[in-house]
Amino acid sequence: MVMTKRPFFIWFVTPAVVLALFYMFGLASVLELSFRKFIPGSLEVGEWTFSNLEYVARPLFRAVFTDTALICLLTAAFTLLVGYPIAYALVRTKSSALRAAILIIAVTPLFTGEITRTYSWLVVMGNAGFVNAVLMGLGLVSKPVQLMFTKFAVVVVLVHFTLPIMIIILATALSQIDPAYEKAAQSLGAGPVRSFATVTLPLSGPGLIAGITTCFAWTFSAFATPQLIGGGQVNMIGNLVYQVGIASFNFPVAAVLSLAGVLFTMVLVGLMRLALSPLERIPTR
Amino acid sequence: MRTKLASFAGKAVVVLLLGFILLPALVVAVVAFNQASLISFPPQELSLRWFVRALTYRDFQKGFYNSVIVMCATAVVSVVIGGTFAYVIDRYTFAGKKLLEAVLSSSLVIPYFTIGIGFLIFTSQIGLHRTYAVIVLTHVVLVLPFVLRSVYVSLRGLDQRLELAAAGLGASPWQVLVTITLPLMTPGLFAGVLFAAILSFNEFTASIFITAQGTQTLPVAMYNYVREYADPSMAALSVIFFVLTTVLLVLMNMSLGLGKVLAIVERE
Repeated sequence: MVMTKRPFFIWFVTPAVVLALFYMFGLASVLELSFRKFIPGSLEVGEWTFSNLEYVARPLFRAVFTDTALICLLTAAFTLLVGYPIAYALVRTKSSALRAAILIIAVTPLFTGEITRTYSWLVVMGNAGFVNAVLMGLGLVSKPVQLMFTKFAVVVVLVHFTLPIMIIILATALSQIDPAYEKAAQSLGAGPVRSFATVTLPLSGPGLIAGITTCFAWTFSAFATPQLIGGGQVNMIGNLVYQVGIASFNFPVAAVLSLAGVLFTMVLVGLMRLALSPLERIPTR
Repeated sequence: MRTKLASFAGKAVVVLLLGFILLPALVVAVVAFNQASLISFPPQELSLRWFVRALTYRDFQKGFYNSVIVMCATAVVSVVIGGTFAYVIDRYTFAGKKLLEAVLSSSLVIPYFTIGIGFLIFTSQIGLHRTYAVIVLTHVVLVLPFVLRSVYVSLRGLDQRLELAAAGLGASPWQVLVTITLPLMTPGLFAGVLFAAILSFNEFTASIFITAQGTQTLPVAMYNYVREYADPSMAALSVIFFVLTTVLLVLMNMSLGLGKVLAIVERE
């Protein structure tokens, strides 16, 4: 009897299907609106058109796309540099209490939300902020260093933002590497640095790829950070979508931009995968 | 000697990097307890006035109220959908399973503003424009991958022989589900509820597209505040956020093991 073999199937799968449908309709309306004419001053949209597509090619928008890609790349690279040692410590620390502490410190920023974190960085990097107070207190500079509204500041905050994701991915990859390999290398005379560089690092290759590409895609979503830290001087795609969509109600163009954003991420992530693929070809056990 | 040096240098680096993660939270705490009405260092006089101001400011109160409503609804709905679907993934095979799973996990890689604007457009077409329902729907989509993962982890670890034993002793499928499976899933469901609650309460990037003046959640109210005022009320509120989130994460770590649940992003 089919009923007894799958007693709850229909009941249990239906909520998920309904949600997936709603979600798909939501994404589909982005697609639909991308090909509708914008009628200024009205929330209604006009007939089908391809003319919205050319917006993406405008110099202003193109500049934002390249800036976004650059910021995402820098963020992914620096997140890797900062995240790797922490992930390594997380996996190799012996005391379980210490491990729990590192884990909680490492992932808390993921859950405190973009606004709270961004505001905190505002306090750290503002002209009257913590960093400048320290620099001036030490007599290193005589007037505040302009940190806010720079790409540098945006990248620093975004690194902080994506770090938990990177650490989780790297720690997952590292936890699958048997520490015995490293020990073996060391007993054969390799120093700690060499055994790490020739054994552990290459073995964590797939984790590196997953980490870099996920962080890249994750950074793409950034909105509050470039908005508040960049202060209009540094714009990412999310800010553009918001300006066009919410501030000037041009939903068709906002839709095209966010669609272009999705495709752009996918293409770049695909290219990065391809470029990083040599890392995947590592000698496995 | 070399080994010791490398190990010490390694530890120092890790401590410094953890310091980088903690820095904003610590700095904001210093500002929040400082009497001065502009952000300034070093702090002069200890005061709780910014906490009072943050807790009595009308937009924050209204935002908090909205956020709590949305958070509770999101937690309930997402744990029902995530719980049932995790069960389906674990126990059944069917056509389109992989696709459905991919769709419901895709919010991890699709920009939140795309999802936000998608729901904004779609729901205004079907007349749900900017209601609580829209915010809850969006939040459920965003938190579901996390909820799915935590429930799935606890289902994986469940010994199915217990269910077989109960069935063999004459329990109906319903009775097995309610008396055996559900209690054993509790840690996963609990972690799922916590995940959903924390993420929903903090969600901003999609929310700013789908909330209106009357339904704005706390993070959206905070964003609007930062753009208008420079006093440390926001710092006080941020401290409350940091403390609450940390407490919840510690709780979750004790209930299910945060490490196990978080393996989520591994499959990307």
